[in-house]
Amino acid sequence: MKAAFLQAMNAERAARRACVLVTDLAQGVQRLVLSDGIAADPLHQELETALRMGKSGMVDHETGRYFITVQAPPLRIVVVGAVHVSQALASMAHLLGHRVIVVDPRTAFASKERFPDADLLAQWPDEALPVVGIDRYTAFVALTHDPKIDDPGLVAAMKSDCFYIGALGSRKTHAKRLERLGSAGFAAEHLARIHAPIGLDIGAVSPAEIALSIMAEITAAQRKKPERPAGS
Amino acid sequence: MALASDSDILEQAEAWHRAGLGVAIATVVETWGSAPRPVGSHLVIDEQGHFLGSVSGGCVEGAVVSEAMDVIGSGTPRLVEFGVADETAWQVGLSCGGKIAVYVEKVVS
Repeated sequence: MKAAFLQAMNAERAARRACVLVTDLAQGVQRLVLSDGIAADPLHQELETALRMGKSGMVDHETGRYFITVQAPPLRIVVVGAVHVSQALASMAHLLGHRVIVVDPRTAFASKERFPDADLLAQWPDEALPVVGIDRYTAFVALTHDPKIDDPGLVAAMKSDCFYIGALGSRKTHAKRLERLGSAGFAAEHLARIHAPIGLDIGAVSPAEIALSIMAEITAAQRKKPERPAGS
Repeated sequence: MALASDSDILEQAEAWHRAGLGVAIATVVETWGSAPRPVGSHLVIDEQGHFLGSVSGGCVEGAVVSEAMDVIGSGTPRLVEFGVADETAWQVGLSCGGKIAVYVEKVVS
């Protein structure tokens, strides 16, 4: 491996950008494909699938047999609201190997005793989220039920390319939310990114069950092929 | 001390190379049957035999380190297979019954 590739892989990981190293094992020839070069690569379909699954592996292609080393940034879940559902969600996300960041300006809620597995920011979302940096390997979840806290978070999430946005609340609550965010200038296609009512419909009742339905919905968003063609 | 993650492993390889040491990277490229470490796992080795990471549950690391010494010397990458059908695999002890292929390559400027 060229030292320049090794340096670039380490730099891309530190910057939370994906990259893929393609090795022709028979020839010993390698190329490093950065995230913005994937679409133009001859193996782009294979690379995109491997990135979505976060899985390195052998690929048979008409041009040869390659090993692709996938380096996808670890997923993060940014949760606004240090509430009961968030506690269960933080534990589950931790089990799945995701980093969890909980944002809540109410210090009584955002305490380490309540969230041993999460990073806590006792700040308003509009202060905290630009520092956290919501990227395409981030899922955003708003769980406070309080528009004062949830809305600034949703605004930041809709302006980002995060892979999932979810917000707690009934259909009625969500309809009001759409009205507020719509009059704040967000178009229907942005608002449609918000999963609400949040979570897969499994008839969840308890906070842990609601967390399970959210975690499952996030996993589906991560792993399943997008239903819309890329770029639309 | 926390367990080394994939990022620590490749960063260590870069640090060794920057320090002027010969370095090899071993990567699990294929597994068959039960294998303790998934495809894509790395073991990095410097010319003095220091290593970080894993390609198995500790069964074949010793053999991979000695392959890495050859690769650091020659500069030519090689693909090495370990499995139960292989006499040496029994010797080095891939007792889980699996089979793995490991690509060993030198870091070159």
